[in-house]
Amino acid sequence: MSMHAKDSTERGIDYMTDTRPIAAGGNTPGCKKRDPIVVAENVSRSFGGINAVDVEYLEIPRHKITALIGPNGAGKTTLFNLLTGFDTPNSGKWQFEGNSLAGVSSYKVARMGMVRTFQLTKVMGKLTVMENMRLGGSSQPGERLSKALFKGLWGGREKEITAQANVLLEKFKLDAKKDDYAASLSGGQRKLLEMARSLMVQPKLVMLDEPMAGVNPALTQSLLDHIKNLKAEGMTVLFVEHDMNMVRHIADWVVVMAEGKIVAEGPPGEVMKNPAVIDAYLGAHHDVDLGDAEGIKELEAELEADEESVVGTEDAGILSVDVIAAEVAQEKEQK
Amino acid sequence: MDYSSILSSAIGELISPTTAAYALAALGLAVHFGYSGLLNFGQAGFMAVGAYGFAISTLTFGVPFFVGLLIAVVASAVFALVLGIPTLRLRADYLAIVTIAAAEIVRYLVTTSGWTAVTGSANGLADFEDGFYSMNPFPEGSYLGMNNRDFFIRVVGWGLVVVCCVLIWLLMRSPWGRVLKGIREDENAVRSLGKNVYAYKMQALIIGGSLGALAGMVFTLPRGAVQPSNYGTELTFFLWTCLLLGGMATVLGPVIGAMMFWVVLSLTQGVLTGLIESGAVTWLSTIQAGQLRYILVGIALMLLMIFRPQGVFGNKKELAFA
Repeated sequence: MSMHAKDSTERGIDYMTDTRPIAAGGNTPGCKKRDPIVVAENVSRSFGGINAVDVEYLEIPRHKITALIGPNGAGKTTLFNLLTGFDTPNSGKWQFEGNSLAGVSSYKVARMGMVRTFQLTKVMGKLTVMENMRLGGSSQPGERLSKALFKGLWGGREKEITAQANVLLEKFKLDAKKDDYAASLSGGQRKLLEMARSLMVQPKLVMLDEPMAGVNPALTQSLLDHIKNLKAEGMTVLFVEHDMNMVRHIADWVVVMAEGKIVAEGPPGEVMKNPAVIDAYLGAHHDVDLGDAEGIKELEAELEADEESVVGTEDAGILSVDVIAAEVAQEKEQK
Repeated sequence: MDYSSILSSAIGELISPTTAAYALAALGLAVHFGYSGLLNFGQAGFMAVGAYGFAISTLTFGVPFFVGLLIAVVASAVFALVLGIPTLRLRADYLAIVTIAAAEIVRYLVTTSGWTAVTGSANGLADFEDGFYSMNPFPEGSYLGMNNRDFFIRVVGWGLVVVCCVLIWLLMRSPWGRVLKGIREDENAVRSLGKNVYAYKMQALIIGGSLGALAGMVFTLPRGAVQPSNYGTELTFFLWTCLLLGGMATVLGPVIGAMMFWVVLSLTQGVLTGLIESGAVTWLSTIQAGQLRYILVGIALMLLMIFRPQGVFGNKKELAFA
């Protein structure tokens, strides 16, 4: 991750405050992006005659947080599975950083830097939290059978992985739980662990499937901060979420799916006013919270009352100041 | 009743080569199920492949002992590959079905009369152990009440158990073992972290199967004969009993489990026979007593599952989340 962060400062772009347009043209469904990381073309998957996913064209912008929303059964998770190699589409091609992913198995996709989490959280219950984290560590030679017997060959890398895991666990406030079995964690803590574990792979694109589902509201703010910080570290985030407040709060770009198709795309404020979206997502029962100014005000008032949130302070928009404050200060000095 | 002879025969079981063979094969099952979550119900098949691989290569092809040993292990690895290639991509229960069927196929293949010249059919093969005993470094004499041949096979058998335990322990504490344990818990999660789950499962299947092949040889050498009836389905389930007695995801568990299994069998046999011979029990023949002890083992296993489900060496904490 530090590597990514260095990249960003080298090019002199702070991804947290980058305001250049995301789309290359208009914000239409399937529009071209200025700098796409994932490109999917004509990807379709049907289950017994029902088209679960039928995406004509989709680009995911690099260094941005993209939300994938849509009603239940819209094909969001299926699209996740297709993109990450956990399921095979009936047709279509898709690529990650210019490399075609058709027919590439899921573990290779993960090694390329495209790491996902699951809607139903998957933690290794009978391994400790620390072991769960270490499992995410990449290029550990001891994971090869030929080298596993000799600790001298992998002990050094193990120390590095452990140090990396400690930093992440501290950030995600799981450091006290380090030696407990993952099965003893609460649902929200498991979500945090799964996310932290996926970051151990040092991915370029993090795909979070409902990161907020079942998370205690008290943890919501810190989870939001974590997701925003990923962008500061040079990662791209794609997430599925039903919580519109969260989408509104952290997403730079919103892709709306309905019945397997992309029905709208654009910045959150714009998309949520789109009548097609309101129709697809909420049907006749239009909830005031969605794009409504009052709903947003309510959320902001709530967040201001929250000590951990930076909304309403001068650091608004740059979450977890303590983590990146040093970097920001450095950049200012360079300028 | 002669308590001292009952006790001494029970203690004899503790270090018998058959117990060592059970310990090795159960250790293989621990690698399969305890650490990797692979449901192998055909460990008897791996043992048969090992035993027959060794016996046939020695008798039919006249190879030296160590070449025969190598052939036995390679044959079991090939057997694991054949079983694993179609099933390891599927859910765990498919492997269970395929292994139980494959073990029976192996047993029927060596029983078939068409290949009597090679496999000896139902009578099996004998006289292949000379190469092994010719390496015996112990001169004739009495060693702890055993002759030099019995002593040699025990030293080799248990030496093999110790070496394999150390190897498995080293493997399971390594990052490689961690990936296996992760696969046991949730293979899709491990896949999403960039690990080639299929390759790991295949490696585990081969390692556990090779332990089964070694067990088959240790089982067959002191008998001086290999017979298909020794490798029936019940052998697999005795091995599972040993594994569950000792604790699944442990290295010492299968070894202690195998010892407990044989000591309990020997004690119940001794006590029941003693009771019948002394006239205290009249409603049971000695043949029935031999059957009854397996019923008692079954009851003991049920009690164990109820009161100590993690086995003797298992970690109770792990079970709290099962």
